[in-house]
Order: sequence, then structure tokens, then C-alpha cells
Amino acid sequence: MAYPANYRYTREHEWIEVDGKTGKIGITDYAQNSLGDIVFVESPKVGAAVKKGEVFGSVESVKAVSDLYSPVTGTVTEVNEELASTPEKINTAAHEAWIMKVELSDPAEVDSLLSAADYEKFIAEETGH
Amino acid sequence: MSTSTAAPALRKTALNAVHRQLGAKMVDFGGWDMPVEYSGLIAEHMAVRTGVGLFDVSHMGDIQLRGPESLDAIQHICMNDAAKLQVGQAQYSAMLYPQGTFVDDVIVHKFSDNDYLIVINAGTREKDFGWAKGNAQKFHCHVSDYSDYYTQLAIQGPKAAETLQKLTNVDLSTIKFYWFKWGTVCGLPNTLIARTGYTGEDGFEIYIPSDETTSKRVWDEVLEAGKEFGIIPCGLGARNTLRLEAALSLYGHEISETINVFEAGLDRFCKVEKGPFIGSEALQRVIAEGGPTRKLVGLEVIERGIARDGYCVFNEGGTQIGEVVSGSPAPFLKKNIALAFVPRDHAALDSEVFVQIRNTMVRAKVVPIPFYRRPKKQS
Repeated sequence: MAYPANYRYTREHEWIEVDGKTGKIGITDYAQNSLGDIVFVESPKVGAAVKKGEVFGSVESVKAVSDLYSPVTGTVTEVNEELASTPEKINTAAHEAWIMKVELSDPAEVDSLLSAADYEKFIAEETGH
Repeated sequence: MSTSTAAPALRKTALNAVHRQLGAKMVDFGGWDMPVEYSGLIAEHMAVRTGVGLFDVSHMGDIQLRGPESLDAIQHICMNDAAKLQVGQAQYSAMLYPQGTFVDDVIVHKFSDNDYLIVINAGTREKDFGWAKGNAQKFHCHVSDYSDYYTQLAIQGPKAAETLQKLTNVDLSTIKFYWFKWGTVCGLPNTLIARTGYTGEDGFEIYIPSDETTSKRVWDEVLEAGKEFGIIPCGLGARNTLRLEAALSLYGHEISETINVFEAGLDRFCKVEKGPFIGSEALQRVIAEGGPTRKLVGLEVIERGIARDGYCVFNEGGTQIGEVVSGSPAPFLKKNIALAFVPRDHAALDSEVFVQIRNTMVRAKVVPIPFYRRPKKQS
């Protein structure tokens, strides 16, 4: 699976697609594969404040709960309602199934996130390949 | 989110390399390196409910108890009435501590009047063997650990019989549920074929020699035979969701050394009337004192959320009254279900309780168990 070159990534396996001052955030294909069948997504509410590195919600597979960490600081402007009824979209299209959109309070934060190449290297190390 | 890496130096079944070749996600289960899922937990669960699935359950243990006083020994150690067994019949039972709580749950198979096979859990192999051997000492019998001699495969689902029938000369329709026979399976003579399982579906468990070559050959032949029915290999993840829908106990959850037979709701497998056995006196005291103060109930989560193992259960007033011992989404039922211990007065059907799911109190109601019963066979 190719990791979109225009996205940025975290070591906690979130991705962010930045468009000016808005960021669209989801979890990576590596993450959905590790989790297995996703059955539940707990998203923040529109208007909620999120902080870089802090938990903003969770994703649940049949077997386990996994916290989601925000790659950036800002305010939630939109939440993907589809995931309430079809959370499995994250399994089939992780890089399109965004979880929340955030208005960035500090766009410079994105610069310290991993590039696609760096993220691929990171997960290769994690899996020992 | 975070991920984890594998643990070192785990025990392996003869099919370990096969599971890894199939790309299974592996997990440490009671010290065993076992497949938790292959193609996906939900797909595996559904294959067993609608077609057929194949499990490697060789990590489970096998105790052979033989000798002229085998029955007396089993009657002393196990709570069900083994005197009711005919040759070729098996029964669900349990070994209890003197206080009426669980050493382990088991399946006792009567091979003959002086020969019994007791199948036990993987995580309690050594404990169970030591317990059985120690407590059987005063009887004329011999207790042996046969665990490593067998690769045990579970073929489960409505198409399990048709699948296995292709591979054996035994007419499987002559084996009733919880009975067993020996026959040739995949060319292997005198192979034990038991109509037992842990999924709530029809199915068989076969016990074959545990060398890697034989194990792999039979595994592959079963997958080939089941292909037309959509057979897929199934891991411990699906094994757990299947048994949960069927409300079957898992050691360390619904049964343990601190839970007694009545609390666990396993009264019907406990024959106090057969005469004294280890734990019977304590259980009679529980009855005399008015029965268990807490009971295992089935919960269905009725607001948004998934109740999981260890989550706390509260009453309307916000007091904790119990805890979930097993909880998960149910892939076939498409509900979020749980088994929990609650006080006797909260155990009535339709009682409402709250499960604390992270910071939220989520409403759940007491429902009948098992959550799922397989459809009656139309044959």
C-alpha cells in the first residue's frame, strides 16, 4: 500500500492531509491492518479543542480499543458521520476514511511530522523487515 | 494509536509454521504462540456460523486416566456424573477445589470402563495434570499426560460434517452430539473423531499424531475438502467471539478459582446427588445458605458502546454492583454483548444496568443466555 506523498504522518499511525489552515485526519493502512475489523469509532464533537500529541478519540476493533492522538493543535470543524454506521470503511480505504477535520491553530506543527518516506521507514523498522 | 511486538520463547503447536505461512497474526495465548486471526476475525466468525471453519486447538491438553478404579477417580475429581456415560460418550464437566470453585472446565470422554480421556485447557495444562494425578492417587488407576501426542483440529460449522465426511470412512451421521468414534481419517487409522466443539455450532474435533508432516498434511486436506463450502482457517479471535455468542465459559473469566459452580450458572453439569466429590460439601453449604449471592448474566448493550472484559457494572444509583468478565461485539448477532457477574437481585431478565465504558455510563440490559442458539437441523 502506497502512503500518499502529500500527507504527513505520526509515529502513532495517524495521517493528516493539510489544505491551507485545515487538516483532514485519519489512521494509516498499517494501523487498520494491525487493528483488524474496525467496529466502532469514537470521534470528538464539532467545536472541540484538540492538542498535538493528545488523545482525541478512539477506534475499536472486535478485539481491542485504540486511542487516537491528534497530530496537530486546533479546533474540530467537521466529523465524518459515515463512520458511525460504516466504521469498516477505515479497513477498506484507510487513507480516504478521514475521522475529523481540524482548523489548525499553528500550521508550523505540521513541519515536524513524518513524510511518507520517513513513515514507511518507521513502520519497516517496527515490523523488523 | 499504539501497536505491540511479539513475546519471546513461546510454546508452539506442530502447525506453527503453517499458521505463519498463511500470514496469521500471532498472539501469546497462555504461553503459546497462536494464530489470533488469518483473513479477518469477522469473516472467520461468519464462516463458522454459515459454512465451516478450521481451528488448530492443539494447545489444549489431554489427560488419559486408566485402570480398574478410573471411574471412581473421575467421580471424585470431576463434578458431573461420569457413571452416566456410555462407551463412546463425552460430557462437559469440571474439576473443583474443596471450596466448590474451579480448577478448570473439562470434557470427559469414556473410552471404556477403565479408560477415560479428559481434555483440558491450554493455560492450565500443568496445574490440571498435577491436580488430577495427586487426587487420583488413592484409586487404582494411572494418570498420564498425553497432550503432546496429539494435534487437535476443530472443524466447526453447519458444513463441518459434509467436509469431514469426505476424509473418513466413518458415517458421521452415526455420531451424535457429544459422542465420539474412532475411524480412518485422511488415511490415518484409529483416529479419534469427537462431535464436540466450542463454537455453538455443529462440528468435530479430530485428534491426529502431532508430528509436523502429518499435521500439515491433514490440515491441508481439511482445507481442500471444505473449499466448496467456503472453509477458511480460524484463529483465537473468532474462537472467542463464537464461544461468547454461545455463552460458553472461558477459564479466568466465567469460571476461576474464586467463582463457584452456582455463581457460574453451571449447576446442570454438577451432580451433587451422585455422592461426595471434591467441592461437593462446600457447594451443599452454598445451597443450605440460600444459594449464590452473585450470578453470571448475559448483557446486551442498548446504548452506543462496546462493553469489554473488566469493565465495571453499576446500578441506576451509580453504585458499582459487579463487573464484565467477557465482553465484545458479536459479529453474527450484530450486537454488543457481555457476560457479567451481578448480585442476585439484579439478575432478573430485562433488568437494566450501566456499564462504565471509559468515562461514560452506558445502558445495558440482562438478556437470556446463550445469546445465540444454532438453528435446528433440517435433515
